[in-house]
Amino acid sequence: MISLSQIWALFKKDLLLEIRQQYTFYGILLYVGATIFVIYMAMEQTESQVWNGLFWIIQLFICINAVAKSFLQESRGRMLYFQALLSPQNFVLAKLLFNSLLMVVMSAISLGLFMLFLGNPVQKMAEFFGLVLLGGWGLSLVFSFLAAIAAKAQQSAAIMAILGFPLIIPQLLMLMKVSNTFFSKSNPEILTTVVLLAIIDLFVIILAIILFPFLWKD
Amino acid sequence: MKKWWWKILCIVLLTYTFIGGLLFPVPRIMILNETIRNLYFHVCMWFAMMILFTISVINAVKYLNKHDLKYDIKSRQYAVVGIVFGLLGYATGVIWMSFTWADPNNPAVASFSAIAKEPKLIGAAIALLIYFAYLVLRDSISDIDKKARISAVYNIFAFAFLFPSIWILPRLLPSLHPGGEGNPALNYNDIDARMRLVFYPAVIGWTLLGSWIVSLKVRMNILKEKEHLSDIYLQEKNAPIHEA
Repeated sequence: MISLSQIWALFKKDLLLEIRQQYTFYGILLYVGATIFVIYMAMEQTESQVWNGLFWIIQLFICINAVAKSFLQESRGRMLYFQALLSPQNFVLAKLLFNSLLMVVMSAISLGLFMLFLGNPVQKMAEFFGLVLLGGWGLSLVFSFLAAIAAKAQQSAAIMAILGFPLIIPQLLMLMKVSNTFFSKSNPEILTTVVLLAIIDLFVIILAIILFPFLWKD
Repeated sequence: MKKWWWKILCIVLLTYTFIGGLLFPVPRIMILNETIRNLYFHVCMWFAMMILFTISVINAVKYLNKHDLKYDIKSRQYAVVGIVFGLLGYATGVIWMSFTWADPNNPAVASFSAIAKEPKLIGAAIALLIYFAYLVLRDSISDIDKKARISAVYNIFAFAFLFPSIWILPRLLPSLHPGGEGNPALNYNDIDARMRLVFYPAVIGWTLLGSWIVSLKVRMNILKEKEHLSDIYLQEKNAPIHEA
């Protein structure tokens, strides 16, 4: 069922589209920049706790905006064409892969901008950067699947937020808790939480593979 | 007799819950005192809610397998009644909280933000938000089959998330609830023997009451949506009308 060449072809198609019509990429980039600039204007000085909370909330909103259009951009005709050619599993895996890449890039950029504008309270940079990538990846997986649901319901990003916020709370809490430990030099035990986060991500991929075929055809 | 024995059982168990719950001896514990009797109502609401949500998901899976709208109606109604039980769980919890956790020198409202960051409260809030979102999603789609299919997918996806989050949350946040490590009410030794006598029947009684309400609502909705249900159910009930 799952064929790597099909996934790769679809992934390349999405990437090429993104490179040729760059307005979405720059649109999200502008969103990232503008949001962080607003926060910079609003906050005089940020404590590390506040910095952490704001950072992950911003990640959440960036993710919703970055991922929302991924299933909506396929026109009706093109979807029919895909349905004739591909298996749903490959289609959803390609989308997850592309959104993961997009969100990982956006996470890295927003981290850079955050540090530039709001200062850098992080003590363990390498670990924190790794966690940001893992967190961005996890957020993108959950919201990609919800984007598929929202696209089928012909709804905007608003319904994605309603559907997604309750689901993402535990993951966000775990991310904030782990990243809080990187603001000091001490070394508390965080490995289990990080492993748990990775397991949740795999779990989402499996659920998407199982459930997407039911969303696929009308 | 075959079909309604459980309704009698439900009435008997709930009568027993009210009489036994309010009159039987209970252990005397500091602070809790007589409020401990709320266990038979408050905790049972959450049990009933989780059981009803689980049945809702099972019906969603059945719908995706068989594409029979009957299961979609059931799935929706179980979710709705589950939400009602969740709200009742909050209501009974607020009463209990205002006598035990709340700062006696302040009104209960003032201690809300300190108490609300409670893993069990958050877990319940997530569950309720998920099923509110489920209802919003349903109503945003007009095509009946599409509505049933997409909401079933969301129901399964969200429920698969809900369970791990209920296990994970207590590890992340400190809790005022007893038995923070694990599942307090399920652990056989956590509850006094005298209380178990009423607690377990109470859980069954409240869950049966929920299912009873659901069964009435399902029957009502099946009648409403008659023309869309084109399967065995209709052939049994309405065959003569269709032939004519």
